[in-house]
Amino acid sequence: MLLSVKDVSKTFPGEPPLEVLKGVSFTLEAGQTLALTGESGSGKSTLLHVVGGLEPANGGSVALNGQEVVGLGDAALAAIRRKDIGVIFQQFNLIPSLTVAQNLAFHARLSGHVDAPWITELTASLGLQTLGTRFPEQLSGGQQQRVAIGRALASKPALVLADEPTGNLDENTGDEVMALMVRLTREAGAGLLMVTHSPARAEALDRRIHLSHGEIS
Amino acid sequence: MWVSGLTALLSHWRRHPLQLLTLVAGLAAATALWTGVQAINAEARASYDEAATALGQGTETRLTRRDGEAMPPETFAELRRMGWLVSPVVEGRLGRVTLVGIDPFTLPPSPTRPALTDGESLGRFVSDGIVQAHPETLEVPGITYEIAANLPVGEAVTDITTAWELLDREVISYFVLLPNQPRGLPPLPDTLVLSEQDTGAEIARLTRSFHLNLTAFGFLSFAVGLFIVHAAMGLAFEQRRAMFRTLRALGLPTRTVTTLIAAEALALATISGALGIGLGYLIATALLPGVAATLGGLYGASVPGSLTLDWRWMASGAALAFVGAMAATASNIWRAARMPILAPARPRAWAMANARALRWQAAAGLVFLAVAGIIAATGHRWDAGLIAGFTMMGGLLFGAALILPLALDAALSLLQPLAKGPLAAWTIADTRQQVPGLSLALMALLLALAVNIGVGTMVSSFRATFTGWIEQRLASELYVTASTADQARELEAFLEANTDKAIPLRTTETRLRGAPGDILGVIDHVTYRDGWPLVVSEADAWARVAAGTGALVNEQLWRREELSLGDPLRLLPAWELPVVGYYTDYGNPRGQAMVGQAELLARVPDISPLRYAARLNPARIPELREDLEALGIQPGAILDQATVKRFSLDVFERTFLVTGALNVLTLGVAAFAILASLTTLGTMRLPQVAPVWAMGITRSRLAWLELARAALAGALTFILALPLGLAVAWALLAVVNVQAFGWRLPLLPFPLDWARLGVLALLAAVAAALIPALRLARTDPSRLLKVFADER
Repeated sequence: MLLSVKDVSKTFPGEPPLEVLKGVSFTLEAGQTLALTGESGSGKSTLLHVVGGLEPANGGSVALNGQEVVGLGDAALAAIRRKDIGVIFQQFNLIPSLTVAQNLAFHARLSGHVDAPWITELTASLGLQTLGTRFPEQLSGGQQQRVAIGRALASKPALVLADEPTGNLDENTGDEVMALMVRLTREAGAGLLMVTHSPARAEALDRRIHLSHGEIS
Repeated sequence: MWVSGLTALLSHWRRHPLQLLTLVAGLAAATALWTGVQAINAEARASYDEAATALGQGTETRLTRRDGEAMPPETFAELRRMGWLVSPVVEGRLGRVTLVGIDPFTLPPSPTRPALTDGESLGRFVSDGIVQAHPETLEVPGITYEIAANLPVGEAVTDITTAWELLDREVISYFVLLPNQPRGLPPLPDTLVLSEQDTGAEIARLTRSFHLNLTAFGFLSFAVGLFIVHAAMGLAFEQRRAMFRTLRALGLPTRTVTTLIAAEALALATISGALGIGLGYLIATALLPGVAATLGGLYGASVPGSLTLDWRWMASGAALAFVGAMAATASNIWRAARMPILAPARPRAWAMANARALRWQAAAGLVFLAVAGIIAATGHRWDAGLIAGFTMMGGLLFGAALILPLALDAALSLLQPLAKGPLAAWTIADTRQQVPGLSLALMALLLALAVNIGVGTMVSSFRATFTGWIEQRLASELYVTASTADQARELEAFLEANTDKAIPLRTTETRLRGAPGDILGVIDHVTYRDGWPLVVSEADAWARVAAGTGALVNEQLWRREELSLGDPLRLLPAWELPVVGYYTDYGNPRGQAMVGQAELLARVPDISPLRYAARLNPARIPELREDLEALGIQPGAILDQATVKRFSLDVFERTFLVTGALNVLTLGVAAFAILASLTTLGTMRLPQVAPVWAMGITRSRLAWLELARAALAGALTFILALPLGLAVAWALLAVVNVQAFGWRLPLLPFPLDWARLGVLALLAAVAAALIPALRLARTDPSRLLKVFADER
């Protein structure tokens, strides 16, 4: 099993404290794609962050390839993100000071796992061959998200986390990016956990879970 | 509407208190350094004026013969007949005292002349032949003084007829020209010439360069401070760009928005200005004793070590705070006025100054450098003065500062291919992107470093040259001063018998090319021949000095009068010798000529015969000291070479005390500028840092990279500051010093000092980056996650 999430809870401090996740459990197999849907504020992004080790859980267990994530320190979490996880954000979040080619290879180089033929293949599959020397600000939104997908997959991660990856794109571009992301994730043999508002986008994936008020409904 | 608008505008500072602190502290620091320097200058100038008034020699105009000779009494009658209102004065030496004979009936009252307020005292002064003198003026055998504390020490004043009798010469040395001369006077005879006697102004003239130097430092500090203010104001504007749009969309007219921005700047200037003036007072109070020591050491000017409040420097500080705040806000007001309501949000526009703007800025920098280059290359042809020297330095500094961002970008792009790992590549690429945002702070650092290198190299070159020079100049092992002529004779006999060589030291005051100066009479001895620091001389210079057929002059006189070898120099009214060379004479503001002692004594027989130097084995000094004290010589009048050197070097060190303090302060302000920029940029940099964190780089590692980035920027700035600093040192040594002090010094390299400063620059940059880096290391992940959630 690639990912096992058991009874995960998360509460943000405050007056009163905000309980965002209330005992969420699910699993994900390698090569499988899973959509996480729900209303705004339902806790889906928080769940994604907890799974990615970006935010600590208050309770429960998250195991990635059998390794427990909850309770790990900053350095161990960073190492997991570097080696086992690829992240795709709604805002693309490319590094503006690096070129397209440098952005694409950046995560792979960080993880120390650079597979040059795979990166070349990815570049071609994403249609970015002619854009390698450009900077992110010189690209359209669709192009930027394609670079972000390439960056997330270049290190051949076990798990790809995507937070509303098409949320900032028009419908046609969104469809195109979505198809690319799912295809390439499968080709890479990675699992995909994607947060989305859109039922149509969720339909395109293998499975779907719906979060409501911090619980799977 | 106004209140709501202002409330919205000011709410920004509530959310960004550190930014507000940066802004206020930057403007206050800039105002403080400027005000402090102004306060010091005002205090020093006030004391010169006071001294000039007390001496009463502020504006006396004298009429002398063009050739310096004395005039017969008939000249007085002749001038009177022509209608000129003049008063005759005779001056002559009586032993070690200058006897001044005046005509109390025609000489206007003066604080340094006998106070003859009524007929009785006037009558007594003239008919009884009274000689007045300061209580500390030495006695002259056969003359009884009437004490007058207002007279200068060393001068005795009497009626002119009495003076003629005592001097045994019936001549007039000069006439004092009375104020309010009648109209339509015939021209003065060609043989006579007018001259201003201006002792108070002399000190002011000598110290002018020092104060100009200080003002330049103050202005530089202010400019560095302005960089901080400009950076903080610019950032605040960019952060509030969306707010301005909203205010406009809600119906606030453009004019109201711009007026509110201006009002906010005025309020900030008022608070910062008041703080700065208070801080400036404290700085001035702390630095003034050092300045007093410097002025005393360099020029012999006396300045009190305490400060008085003066509205003028306070007003200048306040004015500069307002001008600074407005200068920093002007571009914001202009941008706010032109900003369309529906302009898209460009939160990083300010940091991402485009390449074209940088190129224009660099082009402007090249123009500044070209101006500096033209002055450097042609200054000697058109007699560039001190102002031109400082203009050249200003051109150099600001030109280089404007070119800095482009130069840093070029340097970083050269480094980029050398980066091995992804993080190194990202760090360099990200530093490149940060350069526009950091450029103002880095410019401030560049200026501070260059001035530090320049002034430091100048002082170190001066110190090395001065130390070498004093080794040469103080060749004798012992210096002894007798109290009386009889004791001097005994002393000479003793030294002749007990040391390798007794060297009588004889000097007299004179006027050299119209300015006060000294003549040094030297014996023909190896001490002078081998040791005296001659710069340019004829081959047989010493032989000609010994033979009384040539004079050596000090560098100050040589440069001031643009002398050449062979030029005639009038030493006394009837004594002229050709110049056969010049020697370095650091620390002496007066012109000096060196002639054969025998010739000098023949012409001025009444020179004080009390001072001697002696050559001997230094090991014998303690024993000889006892013998000299047994002869009746005061212990304080026996100085060995080591003591004199120590004293001279001590004076030297005190001289540059203030420069050192200002150097440190300027570097501190620059470090603060970087801190301010990095702190404020830190909040804007989360979108750049968060993805790297999300990809598995810990916050602490990112914080280390921030430090490395600051160190890289600091190191590159230092590398660029080094040649600039050397250019500044050259300008100081070859142009400003020559104009200011009259001597030129060699530029010596001090790589260890520069390396130390390089380390200091790195430390300053890293220290400035420490707080932003710590903040990054402790940034809550939820803040970083907001970058991805688009909720920032």
